[in-house]
Amino acid sequence: MRYNEPSDLEVRVISQRFDLPNSTSIDTYLANEGYVAIRKALGMTAEAIIEELKVSSLRGRGGAGFPTGMKWSFVPRNSGKPTYIICNSDESEPGTCKDRLLMENDPHQLIEGMLIAGWTIKSNKGYIFIRGEYRYLIEIVDRAIAEAYERGYLGQNILGSGWDFDLYTHTGAGAYECGEESALLESLEGKRGVPRLKPPFPAVVGAFQSPTILNNTETYSSVPVIFRNGGAWFAGLGTPKNGGTRLMCISGHVNKPGVYELPMGFPMMRLINEVCGGMRNGKKLKAVIPGGSSAPVLTAAECENLPLDFDSLAKLKSMAGSGGLVVLDEDTDIVAVALRTIKFYAHESCGWCIPCREGTTWLKKLLTRFHEGGGTERDIDTIGELASNMLGRTFCALGDAAAMPTTGFITKFRSEFEEYLKKSQGRVQPAPELINV
Amino acid sequence: MADPVKFTIDGRPMQAAPGTLLINAAKEAGIAIPSFCYYDGLALQAACRMCLVEVEKTPKLQVACTTPVAEGMVVQTDSPQVRQARKGMLEFLLTNHPLDCPVCDKGGECELQDMVFRYGAGESRYVESKLHVDEKQWSPIVFYDAPRCILCYRCVRICGEGLGVGALGIGNRGAAAEIVPNRGDHLECDECGACIDICPVGALTSGTYRYKTRPWEMEHIGTICTHCSNGCKTTLGVRNGNIIRANNRDRSGVNGEFLCVKGRYAFDFNENPERLTAPLLRAGGEFKPVSWAIALATVAKKLSELKARHGKFGVIGSNRTTNEENYQLQKFARLVMGTSNIDHHRTGDFATLLDTLSGRANALATTADVYTTKAALVIHSDLAQEHPLLAFQLRANSRHHKAHVYAVTPGPVREDNYGTGVRADPGREFEVLATLREKLAAETELIFLFGAAIKGAAIRQLVEFGDSLGIPVKYICLLDYSNSRGASDMGLLPDLLPGYRHVSEIGLDPGMDCDQMLSDPNLEALWVVGSNPLARQSLGATNAFLVVSDLFLTETARRADVVFPAMSAYEKNGTVTNVCGDVQKLSRGPKTMGTKSDLDIVALLAREMRADLGPTKVDDVFQEIRRTVRGYENLPFGVIETGGAAATAPVHGPVRFESRPELIRPTANGLFTSGTLGRFSGMLNGLIESPGALYRDPHVRPVIEFGSGQLEMVQDK
Repeated sequence: MRYNEPSDLEVRVISQRFDLPNSTSIDTYLANEGYVAIRKALGMTAEAIIEELKVSSLRGRGGAGFPTGMKWSFVPRNSGKPTYIICNSDESEPGTCKDRLLMENDPHQLIEGMLIAGWTIKSNKGYIFIRGEYRYLIEIVDRAIAEAYERGYLGQNILGSGWDFDLYTHTGAGAYECGEESALLESLEGKRGVPRLKPPFPAVVGAFQSPTILNNTETYSSVPVIFRNGGAWFAGLGTPKNGGTRLMCISGHVNKPGVYELPMGFPMMRLINEVCGGMRNGKKLKAVIPGGSSAPVLTAAECENLPLDFDSLAKLKSMAGSGGLVVLDEDTDIVAVALRTIKFYAHESCGWCIPCREGTTWLKKLLTRFHEGGGTERDIDTIGELASNMLGRTFCALGDAAAMPTTGFITKFRSEFEEYLKKSQGRVQPAPELINV
Repeated sequence: MADPVKFTIDGRPMQAAPGTLLINAAKEAGIAIPSFCYYDGLALQAACRMCLVEVEKTPKLQVACTTPVAEGMVVQTDSPQVRQARKGMLEFLLTNHPLDCPVCDKGGECELQDMVFRYGAGESRYVESKLHVDEKQWSPIVFYDAPRCILCYRCVRICGEGLGVGALGIGNRGAAAEIVPNRGDHLECDECGACIDICPVGALTSGTYRYKTRPWEMEHIGTICTHCSNGCKTTLGVRNGNIIRANNRDRSGVNGEFLCVKGRYAFDFNENPERLTAPLLRAGGEFKPVSWAIALATVAKKLSELKARHGKFGVIGSNRTTNEENYQLQKFARLVMGTSNIDHHRTGDFATLLDTLSGRANALATTADVYTTKAALVIHSDLAQEHPLLAFQLRANSRHHKAHVYAVTPGPVREDNYGTGVRADPGREFEVLATLREKLAAETELIFLFGAAIKGAAIRQLVEFGDSLGIPVKYICLLDYSNSRGASDMGLLPDLLPGYRHVSEIGLDPGMDCDQMLSDPNLEALWVVGSNPLARQSLGATNAFLVVSDLFLTETARRADVVFPAMSAYEKNGTVTNVCGDVQKLSRGPKTMGTKSDLDIVALLAREMRADLGPTKVDDVFQEIRRTVRGYENLPFGVIETGGAAATAPVHGPVRFESRPELIRPTANGLFTSGTLGRFSGMLNGLIESPGALYRDPHVRPVIEFGSGQLEMVQDK
């Protein structure tokens, strides 16, 4: 089911079946161009498949935006080892809730995407690593997998190709860190979910020491349509080097929060004002967190004329990330937002490396004290310095994910912190409802 | 080998082999890059982020511990940015650290203290509350104080990768992450204490040492462990003549990183209140303490009188006394008493191996070979229990060099976990070996490590098998106790002189062996030095005059007429030869008033008997050994003197002797026993008795077949 009314401005490509009755059933999928792409792909060479993906300019939807075709091309195909197709469905970035809909409403699309990846590198095994808290989705995905086995889309000799592929679901145990691809692999292998040293990257040494394609749920879900309609068609939906559409997850102070499928490069202000029905209660926009909570905050001014694609946001030293936008109105207490954000990262730091483990906790304690009215002038600088002592120095990106937004809040809204010191001595302010998760 | 890579560190042009890690390349050049988690030989972690350096054309600082050098790389290890990063990292580390240095065992030798002193900030900005977790005790010897822990994971790695035990893991996450035993609240492990030694801070502390002293109050003396035959170097921390701790501070021994529970904790026998501190003389059925002068005079008088009338006299020597003591002891028997009735508790059939190997070059493996060989095969020994250093070396070899390890043993052994383990009932080892022939012949070299069950004809059969493989093969005859090999090399054998020369060379007939001496009803006097044969056998000559030199009133000493209180190996200087023939030096640490070294006892007794035994000083005796003992010729004195190991070369022509496999008595000591001596270590006994603390390993044999009294000890308690 969907949780919000669709918008007329949406371009429904990967969410096209979301509103169909029985959208999760294989019959619905087959009746709506399902498993057409894998038939096409089975007639293509790996090189041709990868080339088509490159033409589509599909970029990883997990957050980093790495070109998918290039990622697949890195997998050595003659290593003599088994290979694996892993789906990262450990969607945990605050503000992001799209993978959930893809699994909940169209699991066969995901399966087909993984099948195409599997065929590309002649892998025989795939895992969908589903976030522990998404337990209810496992039933849906498992049912879809069973249907696919029944109809011969999974298992042995798929569609007479002589190629076998098995697919399994696997659950995380509630750690944000396991969304980091190498920590996910550790967890999948039954170990503690801490990140691995890179290089080697998963493409070469991934699951069970073997070459692995590891992509986000939305990335795999975008693959079938590319092979149905062509890479060039997909690329044409977006902006140059940012092909296709994207599920945007909008939360915060807008009238119609929800998940909307929009082409890459869709303007931020149209998203807020037209797709989401404008700011709630007619308030003014103060800031937007544009790509999940780890993306540095954008001021209202920065949001003007901003196309939502990977490159435009990178230019503003923020990121498109996971497509989770949090819209904040003029009444928002930025100190509280910063505190809520760092609380999340302090709670989720795996503890492997010193700067992330100690830095997030220190920042959490400092911001808690600051927020409760115990702040000092020096704290404001210290917050920035601690974040910069973490930034780029941690083992994996979690430390950066904690440092970047903190730096963003303190540099772009420093005056709010200073005001806070003057106004709020002794005041204890609960975090605003929307982020008080 | 590939061409070296050229790069620059701190403006200095350098080169190194491709793949060399930046941190090691810098170290080679004398540039220290600080780190906590990087540890040579253990898996890379990149967790502490202390080794961040600036690499030109790379926007972010790079971790030197996982970055290999690259052609043209330009590295700065001391730029303002790097200094600032280190300062920031240490500031983070100290946020939840209790800063209880004044009461911390590690204070004064703590890597965190040193790092903060050198690279840290003078002032702390941290004003928030600290996390506190109560200290936990995981075993009688391992305590963990989580707040002090910096999570470098060295302990987890040394236990898992190094020992193959894997008793430690990581629990919780984020700032609450801590080291946890994998068995919940306690350790089920070898209790080796490697985790404590390797801890850079005071997070892991030892039950035997904690809160006893400040490190700088001790004198640190590197000597050789007196327990098993592997000859690990252990550093004794001695304060006011007492051993306060033993650890692996000095990593220059054959053991490198390694020490087992005995090397680290079983030193406490030295201060056992039951230590003998005065000579005892039997008078009217009771012992009475007497002066050394009286004791020596009594024995000298008895032996002189016996010698004059050619009465039957014998000597049973020790597996733990030094080479110099053994050498002088056999001289005493042969030259002063004119008899070759001398033997020791033979824990393996080394002489037969030597004889079988005659004429083969490089046929005996050194301790270092075990770490470098391409393949090794263990026959009939639970190495991890009986020869923990060799087990560690083999495992490290497999980890670092992918050596192939085979184990042909009656029961499961730890080598099974990473090598090829095959079960063979005792006596059927060769049937199993035959099935491995093809695999073994495909190796490029091989070391056979064989236990005491392979003796006599079986050794000849083994060497024949080795010869038939067509590859270079080396052998290690596994013995027990710290100087078993030295006892054999120094001629504590009835038919062999030092260097395995026949006694007829000095005009003597072969003498009586251990069993013959103990059973001969006509034996008139017996001198037992550091051995306890009466724990397992009785003395046939019920009226024989028995002299015993020992640390304790053992079963044998209780029967004695005169008892000399001897020094322990930790109290004297000298050399010992380990199971692989590596000679290393003992250094005097603690003192026990009233005791003398066996070297001095032999010398004083000879003097009392107006006999000349030549040199009396340790170094002089050693020089004589170097001059006269085959295999010890020209041992590099400087290497040994400075704490190194020098390999002996005892293989020459055939050995003229009577092979007596029935005299081989395996000791069946495991990690927590050490013959008679082990009974006097409260720490070892405590570990055996502590429920859950002793490694409940199916490999530990429940029945002690031979041994020297452990069985009674267990029943006593």
